[in-house]
Amino acid sequence: MSIHHIRVTINGKLYEGDVEARTLLVHWLRDGLRLTGTHIGCDTSSCGACTILVDGKAVKSCTMLAVQADGRELLTVEGLEQNGKLHPLQEGFHVEHALQCGYCTPGMMMAALALLKRNPDPSEQEIREGISGNLCRCTGYVNIVKAIQYAAQKLREPEQVPAGSGGGGE
Amino acid sequence: MIPGPFDYQVASSVAEAIALLDQHGADAKVLAGGHSLIPLLRFRLASPAVLVDINRLRDLEYLQEADGTLHIGALTREVDLEASDLIRRRYPILADTARVIADPVVRNWATIGGNLAHADPANDHPATMLALGAQLVATGPAGQRLIPVEQFFTDSSFETTLQPNELLTEIRIPAPAERSGGAYLKLERKVGDYAIAGVAAYVALDGAGQVTYAGIGLTNVGPTPIKARAAEQLLLGSTLDDAVIVQAAKQAAAEARPVSDLRGPADYKRAMVETLTMRALRQARSRATGGA
Amino acid sequence: MTTTNAGPHVHGLGEPYKRKEDARFIRGKGNYVDDIQLPGMLYADIVRSPYAHALIKSIDISKALQVPGVVAVITGKDLEAAGLAWMPTLSGDTEAVLAVDRVLYQMQEVAFVVAESRYAAADGAAAVEVDYEPLPVVVDPQKALAPDAPLLRPDKKDRQPTNQIYHWETGDRAATDAAFAEAEQNGVVVRQDMYVPRIHPAPIETCGCVADYNAATSKLTVWMTSQAPHAHRTLFAIVSGLPEHRIRVISPDVGGGFGNKVPIYPGYVCAVVAALKTGRPVKWIEDRTENLTSTGFARDYHIHAEIAADKEGTVKALRVYTLADHGAFDAAAQPTKFPAGLFHICTGSYDFKQAHVAVDAVHTNKAPGGIAYRCSFRVTEASYLIERMMDTLAREVGKDPAQIRLQNFIKPEAFPYRSALGWTYDSGNYERALRLAMEKIGYEELRREQAEKRARGELMGIGISSFTEIVGAGPGKHFDIAGIQMFDSCEIRVHPTGKVLARIGVQTQGQGHETTFAQIIAAELGISPDDVDVEHGDTDTAPYGLGTYASRSTPVGGAATAVAARKIRDKARKIAAYLLEVGEEDLEWEPGRFYVRGSPSKGKTIQEIAFAAYTNCPPYLEPGLEAVNYYDPPNLTYPFGSYICVVDIDRGTGEVHIRRFLAVDDCGTVINPMIVEGQIHGGLTQGLAPALYEQLAYDEDGNVLGSNFQDYLIPTAIETPRWETDRTVTPSPHHPIGAKGVGESPTVGAPQAIANAVVDALAHVGVRHIDIPITPWKVWAILKEKGLATA
Repeated sequence: MSIHHIRVTINGKLYEGDVEARTLLVHWLRDGLRLTGTHIGCDTSSCGACTILVDGKAVKSCTMLAVQADGRELLTVEGLEQNGKLHPLQEGFHVEHALQCGYCTPGMMMAALALLKRNPDPSEQEIREGISGNLCRCTGYVNIVKAIQYAAQKLREPEQVPAGSGGGGE
Repeated sequence: MIPGPFDYQVASSVAEAIALLDQHGADAKVLAGGHSLIPLLRFRLASPAVLVDINRLRDLEYLQEADGTLHIGALTREVDLEASDLIRRRYPILADTARVIADPVVRNWATIGGNLAHADPANDHPATMLALGAQLVATGPAGQRLIPVEQFFTDSSFETTLQPNELLTEIRIPAPAERSGGAYLKLERKVGDYAIAGVAAYVALDGAGQVTYAGIGLTNVGPTPIKARAAEQLLLGSTLDDAVIVQAAKQAAAEARPVSDLRGPADYKRAMVETLTMRALRQARSRATGGA
Repeated sequence: MTTTNAGPHVHGLGEPYKRKEDARFIRGKGNYVDDIQLPGMLYADIVRSPYAHALIKSIDISKALQVPGVVAVITGKDLEAAGLAWMPTLSGDTEAVLAVDRVLYQMQEVAFVVAESRYAAADGAAAVEVDYEPLPVVVDPQKALAPDAPLLRPDKKDRQPTNQIYHWETGDRAATDAAFAEAEQNGVVVRQDMYVPRIHPAPIETCGCVADYNAATSKLTVWMTSQAPHAHRTLFAIVSGLPEHRIRVISPDVGGGFGNKVPIYPGYVCAVVAALKTGRPVKWIEDRTENLTSTGFARDYHIHAEIAADKEGTVKALRVYTLADHGAFDAAAQPTKFPAGLFHICTGSYDFKQAHVAVDAVHTNKAPGGIAYRCSFRVTEASYLIERMMDTLAREVGKDPAQIRLQNFIKPEAFPYRSALGWTYDSGNYERALRLAMEKIGYEELRREQAEKRARGELMGIGISSFTEIVGAGPGKHFDIAGIQMFDSCEIRVHPTGKVLARIGVQTQGQGHETTFAQIIAAELGISPDDVDVEHGDTDTAPYGLGTYASRSTPVGGAATAVAARKIRDKARKIAAYLLEVGEEDLEWEPGRFYVRGSPSKGKTIQEIAFAAYTNCPPYLEPGLEAVNYYDPPNLTYPFGSYICVVDIDRGTGEVHIRRFLAVDDCGTVINPMIVEGQIHGGLTQGLAPALYEQLAYDEDGNVLGSNFQDYLIPTAIETPRWETDRTVTPSPHHPIGAKGVGESPTVGAPQAIANAVVDALAHVGVRHIDIPITPWKVWAILKEKGLATA
């Protein structure tokens, strides 16, 4: 079984290490690098809890080998917040109550991020299609759709979304 | 669900990929998008000695029309088919197909070549390629050869006529004639599922409105992708009126070989081939005559 | 929104306060069990049976021990030697931790492999060689009762000589039979068989744990995906013999539970054994297939129901017989004193004078379980049967399903209402909820549209579910786990600066307790929820509680919290009186402050009082400002609602499209409407799932079908409609703040609204029932039979 030395840029930072060929990317991120925000929910690339961006595209990191990430740029949930400022998606998920247990949330936000990069002004149906590779068992998706709409609007017109109506967390 | 051990080699050129396949023979598996292969490895249902990763072969990711033919690089990601203006405008049946494969995150990485070369009768591109009369380019140590898509699949599931040292490198589709059109319809239990049944239909009409080409491919209603040849024959020379569509749909259903499973009983699947063929042919007719 | 009895507005309650727990989750900084990594930690993998019923001839672990990285392999024989091969279930059965000589269901645990990495553990598990001798398989519960059926549980043949676990009945059989005899003569009787299939909660996080034994302190710490950490600690102590104060169970962030994380599973026990054996921490995390195939399933009730009514459709009596498939071990996670849980709530929202229910439970070669998947112990099955039956009755007497419900509802003035099967409903106004739902969705207009469409050959259906829930286990007299009565608890500490730390005995899995419980305390003390932190899940710090399931957090834990906060306020009043040099009776309370009656400017804020509690406490009081409450509720609570679903059916494919779904819920006083609405959205989706998609089916060899997320069909955002919600508010008279609990109402109420809508679309051709999940092929087969199928 071959061992490979890989160098991967994750959230703007270079990581390197030796991995077995069979090591799944999600296991390297979680167990190897302790980036545990990316979750695991199935074995069949069905649930999307492990979704991250690879070279700007949303990918299920349980269905990619760590060695395949060599030389690529990854973004995980830990890289969404920049300089202490939440990404509009993170803000939207909080304001619109788009998470409950929080387990699908990182993957859901990463899939949404990829969607908004491709389509900055998606319809509700386009949002639903865009997150249809990500399962949520708690929210029924209604508020996830709203959160993505919130983020889409904020990313298009940063000044026009009112701040969240108070409350905890932020 | 943890894969068993294997070696991994990354190919930096098509030639290198073929050399690796030539070297390892049947012990090697090609890793493209991996959305069929990696779950198989995780369930330990496949145990290749070596994976040959072709994901770095950017020169196999392209979509271009030239010399009356659409050339699709085998490593083209489903998302690029789905999003391409060229495909949406000129080959909407391909966009139909791409957008119902798995889910959008999977489609970012899954490839058209993998969808074909895995030869899963449940995969969606085979039916569409059968309807379109595509040709597949296999590249091996001795160079390239062209395989008509109906000769690409064998009588067994998960088996193609590719040699172990050949790589599927390109898909070629005839550019659409003036009055032609097609559609792919898939019935699924939920988004992300394989088809209960899927039907691809493609027709070309002459100036008098008579059918000069008809292609019908069926997904997941038999051990292999099915080309509904008798149904196609019924359409040829017809004016594609409702009556002949009904007849062809019945014929396509007769050509399906479904079995009962978690996606429903065989008689249901057969009936769905009829329903979907009728709907796909109507949409193909509409597109061929300038509609959407 | 229609409100009665809302009472004066209190700060903190009823406000859509944003969740405090979000901050960590949106940053990927949650702390779930699989995020825990301890120095020297080993990883486990489980060898499982491929057979549904077989003898184990031999287990050869020698090759597995040679796999690089494998540290130990534990088998049933090893456990047997330590007296740990069997463990008690929550239903009084014993369950094999690792099979010793026979396996009883596919995917049963056979050996436990621990290794230096996940990968080595998996390799080790693959290298364990087990020689099985297959035995005849019983998957049909009816066949399990046959005299010649193989005895599946020879281990307990002395006390249970057949596959039948229990026969239980309740209600007045003679009076019920008499009412049926009368209805046969002078009224109507409707009958229906229905199957509520085996399904799985399938939280996106599977089950797992990290077990760590510190030999120096003799202390075992288990981080586990637990909905009930204290109960689990006690059970660990009972099973292992370790002293309970040397066991610490920590339930960190839990990625969804829905009942799946109530039982103790063999993997947890094996991880503890392995940690003790190796002296190193051991992590065990299920994969999805293991989760779906071996941990707590739900439902699997084969029901025959009958209603006796007069010719006008006024109900007289309900008769129900059920065959319950409990699988290989009776591990139903139900703490009631009734064998079939709260199934005898099945008279629902209707005024039945007589009822009789009988249930037989049997063993089959299927996974054990019978957990309450987002419901209170069989209330989903109960509600499904009565709501389906009311539609059947409506057809029989030629009335609209709405009319038949309005005609038979328990009237608002009848509460507290004692049901024919012995439950005392606390409060309700069922007619108001249904009328609101009908008005809001435009019921009459939909019926007109349906008639027009029918005339054109289009199939559209409207389904109603006017369910009544029963939640909030205890009271202790009805509920216990291992004898521990089902109270719950809260401990509040007010720090000198007026900031609050509260610890609770219930355990969130996404319900938002850190926010809603802070709101309860904030409302009682008149402070900001920002000033209240709520902790739970660590048995070394939190007060004893029975955990979160059965929508019991708010009814029981929430009540304990309100009462504990009131104790704080009572002591604060004494301190304020001392500081203000007046009698306690001269003080008035306004949110956040006591003041002297008649002199509003003369007062002390709760913060000033808290500071004084530590700096200037009256000499006749203990210093400090803390309170604890253990709350045993006097009754359950009875949330209710009326749901209306509108579907269109594709005659070519049999597909059901949900066009609209409106949920009107009444959960009493609402603590946080944003969170309540979120709970309803999620619960509706988990009601949609079994109605149209999910089922854990078995083939005749006992192979689990639907063992991963490609075949166990969890709805995505595409299948899920945009839920519409509204509510009425009928507070619980016995709860300190009038709240009833809401998490389960939508899961309980929704499936039958959808099923009723589909049946309604086909009622004109004589269809009376379709078993869930209503798949396209089931609908298509009916369309074909009735001549309605088109291409």
